Amino acid sequence: MAQIEFKGVAHSYRRSPATPEDYALQPMDMTWKDGGAYALLGPSGSGKTTLLNITSGLLFPSEGQVLINGSDATRLPTAQRNIAQVFQFPVIYDTMTVFDNFAFPLRNRKVKEPEVRRRVVQVAEMLGLADVLNKRASGLAADAKQKISLGRGLVRSDVAAILFDEPLTVIDPHSKWSLRRKLKQIHQEFRLTLIYVTHDQAEALTFATQVVVLHEGRAVQVGSPTDLFERPTHTFVGHFIGSPGMNIIPCEIDGSGARVDGRLIALDRDYAKRAIRANGKLELGIRPEFVRYRADAADGYLPAEITQVEDLGNYKILSARLGEHLVKAKVGEDTRVAGGVGWLSFPSEWTRVYADGVVLQ
Amino acid sequence: MKPQAAAALAGQWGGERAGAEKQAVAARSLRVKAPPRTLILIAYLALLLLPIYWMLNMSLRDNNDIMAHLAFYPQHPTLQNYMKILTDPGWYMGYVNSFAYVSINTVISLAVALPAAYAFSRYRFLGDKHLFFWLLTNLMAPSAVFLLPVFQFYSALGLIDTYIAVALAHTLFNVPLAVWILEGFMSGVPREIDETAFIDGYSLPRFFIVIFLPLIRAGVGVTAFFCFMFSWVELLFARTLTITAAKPIAAVMTRTVSASGLDWGLLSAAGILTIVPGALVIYFVRNYIAKGFALGRV
Amino acid sequence: MRKTLDNRAWFLVLPMALLVAFNALIPLMTVVNYSVQDVFDATHRTFVGADWFREMLHSDRLQAALFRQFVFSGLVLLIEIPLGVAIALVMPRKGGWATSLTLVLMALPLLIPWNVIGTIWVIFLRPDIGLLGHFIDHTLGIHFDYPTVPIEAWVSVMLMEVWHWTPLVALLAYAGLRAIPDAYYQAARIDGASAWAVFRYIQLPKMRGVLTIAILLRFVFSFLIYSEPFVLTGGGPGDATTFLSIYLVKIAVGEFDVGRAGAFSIIYFLIVLAFSYVFYQVLQRVGAGEKA
Repeated sequence: MAQIEFKGVAHSYRRSPATPEDYALQPMDMTWKDGGAYALLGPSGSGKTTLLNITSGLLFPSEGQVLINGSDATRLPTAQRNIAQVFQFPVIYDTMTVFDNFAFPLRNRKVKEPEVRRRVVQVAEMLGLADVLNKRASGLAADAKQKISLGRGLVRSDVAAILFDEPLTVIDPHSKWSLRRKLKQIHQEFRLTLIYVTHDQAEALTFATQVVVLHEGRAVQVGSPTDLFERPTHTFVGHFIGSPGMNIIPCEIDGSGARVDGRLIALDRDYAKRAIRANGKLELGIRPEFVRYRADAADGYLPAEITQVEDLGNYKILSARLGEHLVKAKVGEDTRVAGGVGWLSFPSEWTRVYADGVVLQ
Repeated sequence: MKPQAAAALAGQWGGERAGAEKQAVAARSLRVKAPPRTLILIAYLALLLLPIYWMLNMSLRDNNDIMAHLAFYPQHPTLQNYMKILTDPGWYMGYVNSFAYVSINTVISLAVALPAAYAFSRYRFLGDKHLFFWLLTNLMAPSAVFLLPVFQFYSALGLIDTYIAVALAHTLFNVPLAVWILEGFMSGVPREIDETAFIDGYSLPRFFIVIFLPLIRAGVGVTAFFCFMFSWVELLFARTLTITAAKPIAAVMTRTVSASGLDWGLLSAAGILTIVPGALVIYFVRNYIAKGFALGRV
Repeated sequence: MRKTLDNRAWFLVLPMALLVAFNALIPLMTVVNYSVQDVFDATHRTFVGADWFREMLHSDRLQAALFRQFVFSGLVLLIEIPLGVAIALVMPRKGGWATSLTLVLMALPLLIPWNVIGTIWVIFLRPDIGLLGHFIDHTLGIHFDYPTVPIEAWVSVMLMEVWHWTPLVALLAYAGLRAIPDAYYQAARIDGASAWAVFRYIQLPKMRGVLTIAILLRFVFSFLIYSEPFVLTGGGPGDATTFLSIYLVKIAVGEFDVGRAGAFSIIYFLIVLAFSYVFYQVLQRVGAGEKA
């Protein structure tokens, strides 16, 4: 129904951008496949909202091309794209009833009344708002209002994609959960493309099939939640995703593997050979989940000083000092952790080398 | 994007029904763009400035020249009117006087309104709602009602023809206004800040001056501006409570009738000069005003 | 804002209360005093009770002035509010020099001393030396002599008044408009709304608070108007533009008829008090509404 492609799209809010810093969005290529559930994840100011608004047509990119189903739609106004958008806070028409709110986009498009009624009732029932259709929209709670915002997108038969800009920001935690479930339901039923902007990794990872991680205007990695977790291509992704984030430790490479403060951490031999040729700042990355701990020495284990143990119920987080560097490890709740010196190993299948923040394949 | 192309794209997207909806919106998208808005605004601003421009025009001409014929701009511009005003104490003292009592009034109003606004913002107390309402009534009080009694009262106190008299009289409406505006701004500052300061050992006066005031800078600016404005423009009290020593420029202007009739050039120059302080003040606080509109009570 | 109950707050409020009492209560007491007495001179006064009130309430002149005042204030609202909103809609929306310049220019009439406003328009409207007067008289050929023709006096006063105070309404409305988050306009674009729909369903509702304040402010202050019409027409021709304040000052200071003036003052004040009460109630509700 709708495939949206970005070709070399970049955007600067300044009139004559000179340096890369002037760009909110660095040049990028992207494809939003029909029916996919995408999350745009990144910290504030990383360009997520800019990217979203270019997709919906609220913003025309200063460079590049936006193609919808192969046709150039770079300057196509929003109302003519098959897109609806839900904003950070509920945007409703205060003076109208819930019914009229839903009907508004249809009436503007000159849809006949019986059809309007049919669609409004259908969407209202789907969203659980059927019993408040005749109430004034302004009197409802925040989560109901967000549903109304969402509903205005769903009533249109021509909508192929719905974009969300951190829509759960003002929703209380309890309602957040039910709203998220509702979104998944909609995705399955309507087969719409959903693009969801958030700075909350938990939200992104549970919602999306594909996550786009944005950092300083650049799409740093696009992949499934598992990909991002197990194979982060950027130290930023490693850091940002996972709780706690990936361990990033400066290192050097020699023939046998990686050296951290002189101590050897074994790497896969072919990998180590490629790693030696790498230039730039070298860092070792491994997730706390994959760091192994023993209370006593063993082959392949390095000594580290255990500085802190956090017991979080089903698991514990160890903070340890490996030479000068802080390393965190996630271990099971039953693991006995003694203070003082512990022994950590870094299995080579989970250890990656990063040069200037980019992973070495 | 042409309507045909839009319709084509629309057609691609799922059916004729969607296409028809699309076309309706497409047609409306080819709407008239920005220029009419700007034109209307420029026209309005021009109309707004026209009478002021006209007075400026008059002020740069000799009175005989004015009476002789109508001209859209001064063909023989002269600064004689302004020179007369700036050199004749009978005239320029009017400005000095106005400026004096307006400034005194602003200071008094702020000094008295700041603690009061703080009280209204942070506390409930016996009679607070009634007090606030009473304040509001003074803001709306017809000066004409108070004119005579205030005159007699100040006479009895020997305050007639002093700056302080007008400054005090103007607090009748400026203080309620100041309290109203300041309270709005103060309510935007969360109480937690006060409480933290008190826990840290600040006394109320010290907290107010060192911490609180900087936070409501914009509000103080807006308030000072309005106090200045309302005091500067007010005529009734200013004229009635003064004779010569504190005579405001407004009263001086009503005096320029001579045997040969009104000197329009002189009068115009005087008028223009009364606008200048206001224009300057507004220029300097324009950022505060813009911010104040966004943040404050209004 | 949770407010704590603390009567010591009275200390903070005291200086203000004393100052305003000094300016308001004492004169007011004097007025009440006058309104119930017939004062011949400092030593001869007799208590006449409600006589002055009765006389004033039945006074033709007072009733006429009151009628004129209501017509005036009504016209003020009818013209200034829609006009002010219209101007606010065309004012620049982004920040920058255009916005600053517009704000400064629009605020200019508001900073001119009220008698100078009158003077500006006296000059402007004169057929011999004023641009508008000349235009009407010579170019349009209409014989224009507002000091002698009541309807022309009214038109002149209205013109001056609208010129003077519409910027205030526009600035207030503009503040209300600026407060509307962009997302509403964006959603309207997505919904395919027309410009009129945006005005009717987004802009106007969101301006409700500031517009209410503007309406009340303009109504109440137009009810008190004095200097501008006084300088322009002196209240004339005859009584044609004698509004309430002008009439009161005429009796009180002009004729020094303190008894009548006193009674009139009380009546006048009570009317304004009633409006202030409405204003106060609306303020409370608007304030609560905004915080909701």
